[in-house]
Amino acid sequence: MRQVYLDNAATTPLLPEVREAMLPYLGELFGNPSCLHSWGDAAREAVERAREQVAQLIGAEAEEIIFTGSGTESNNFAIKGLALAQQAKGKHLVVSAVEHFSVLYSARTLEKWGFELTLVPVDKYGVVDPDEVRRNLREDTILVSVMHANAEVGTIEPIEEIARITKEKGIIFHTDAVATAGTIPVKVKELGVDALSLAGNQFYGPKGVGALWVRKGVRIIPLLDGGVQEGGRRAGTENVPAIVGLGKAAELARANMPARIEHLTRLRDRLLNELPRKIDHVVVTGHPQNRLPGHASFCIEFIEGESMLMWLNSQGVAVTSGSACTSRALKASHVLLAMGLPHALAQGSILFTLGINNTDEDIDYVLEVLPPIVERLRQMSPLYAKFTKAGKGGK
Amino acid sequence: MPIYSEKVMDHFMNPRNVGEIENPDGVGEVGNPVCGDMMTFYIKVKDNRLEDVKFKTFGCGAAIAVSSIVSEMAKGKTLEEARKITPQLVADELEGLPKNKFHCSNLGAQALGKAIDDYLSKKSKGGKK
Repeated sequence: MRQVYLDNAATTPLLPEVREAMLPYLGELFGNPSCLHSWGDAAREAVERAREQVAQLIGAEAEEIIFTGSGTESNNFAIKGLALAQQAKGKHLVVSAVEHFSVLYSARTLEKWGFELTLVPVDKYGVVDPDEVRRNLREDTILVSVMHANAEVGTIEPIEEIARITKEKGIIFHTDAVATAGTIPVKVKELGVDALSLAGNQFYGPKGVGALWVRKGVRIIPLLDGGVQEGGRRAGTENVPAIVGLGKAAELARANMPARIEHLTRLRDRLLNELPRKIDHVVVTGHPQNRLPGHASFCIEFIEGESMLMWLNSQGVAVTSGSACTSRALKASHVLLAMGLPHALAQGSILFTLGINNTDEDIDYVLEVLPPIVERLRQMSPLYAKFTKAGKGGK
Repeated sequence: MPIYSEKVMDHFMNPRNVGEIENPDGVGEVGNPVCGDMMTFYIKVKDNRLEDVKFKTFGCGAAIAVSSIVSEMAKGKTLEEARKITPQLVADELEGLPKNKFHCSNLGAQALGKAIDDYLSKKSKGGKK
């Protein structure tokens, strides 16, 4: 059976070149970068090379890059570390309602520690209105965080515009670029932000490694205390093989980005255009144009996402869903609800995130196997029965 | 490791007794789109026994499998016996459910119970026998 992986937002596969670059550091080059002997030297050199590669990807200085254990850690570090460093100035934070949980729950934790939090709403496409950010800024606002793009609906946010506002007010601005760094051009100076999170497994690097960029001169309080690794900002022996992999993946992403974007956009547009022609009562979620290149997300009415996901899996197709049943917490996607989608529709969420290895044949296959699955599930759906009986159309 | 047992997968992919009963003796509806699952059970009763049980379900793999197995377990049972189908029995019959999906087995038993209630209340009102 054909195997089609369309869950690259969860993780991309590791590129063979990246794995090759990592292998020596899982073997003979096992040294600890903090050590002063030649084993340590080799490891340190590798980490510093990777730091340079990651810095180049985002147009930053190498010394501004802090390696972390994941995108989640980068976000926790940014939100908590930047807020704590600024708390003498004020205790108010502004974040968007569609942030990843690692940003939202970090902000919630700060609330418990005595900070105040304002969530900025989004429109029906998941777009944050910069004026809405401006309206919510206060004298004591010390940190704004809005993601560069949303991984659930693909929408790209107007970061530059928000940055102009925060700069004018002298407020620190962090963006979670986990969904964009290594995928679309991300240049910290153009974006105008003060801190930016990224993760290796979003652009064909390894899992368990990320980075936080913090603009030179911006203070941040470490979350992990200990040794003076990462300039004293993140203690703990470095995950050298993973960092090397992240660096290599960054280098390849930078070199191949235009070709990757072109390929992904074409396949994505096929799904966005052709799926609603094959299946009735389908809604595209997220912004129709201003979205991530490999990202096609939908809500399919009258059926539930997990059952679609499982049927697709039985046909060799890997996707994900933002339905309540799919989440371990059994809550529908906060992103879809923040966009104003009714619960029943949000339950029908299905998300195709394409990767550089996907082909036209993969898209053909999905367009062939999905419609009968939808039909089958609708035939057993009480919601569909009610809909057709109400005579509003249907088949 | 897949999160569902083989039996759950079987009932999910080949659900038994899907559909509606025309002129049912009882209907039971539970759940709402907020929690993610909705089940409607239809029953036909003859001589105090569940002659036919059918369902329609909107929900996850577990919800569909639970509906299917409950319909199978209930068919042919007396109303009293059918009431003894507990969420635990449903989960056991499916060779286990993931912890966070256990509530689905609850919904199945509830929907069937509501259909029986519906039948009994119609009967006591002197409508159908």
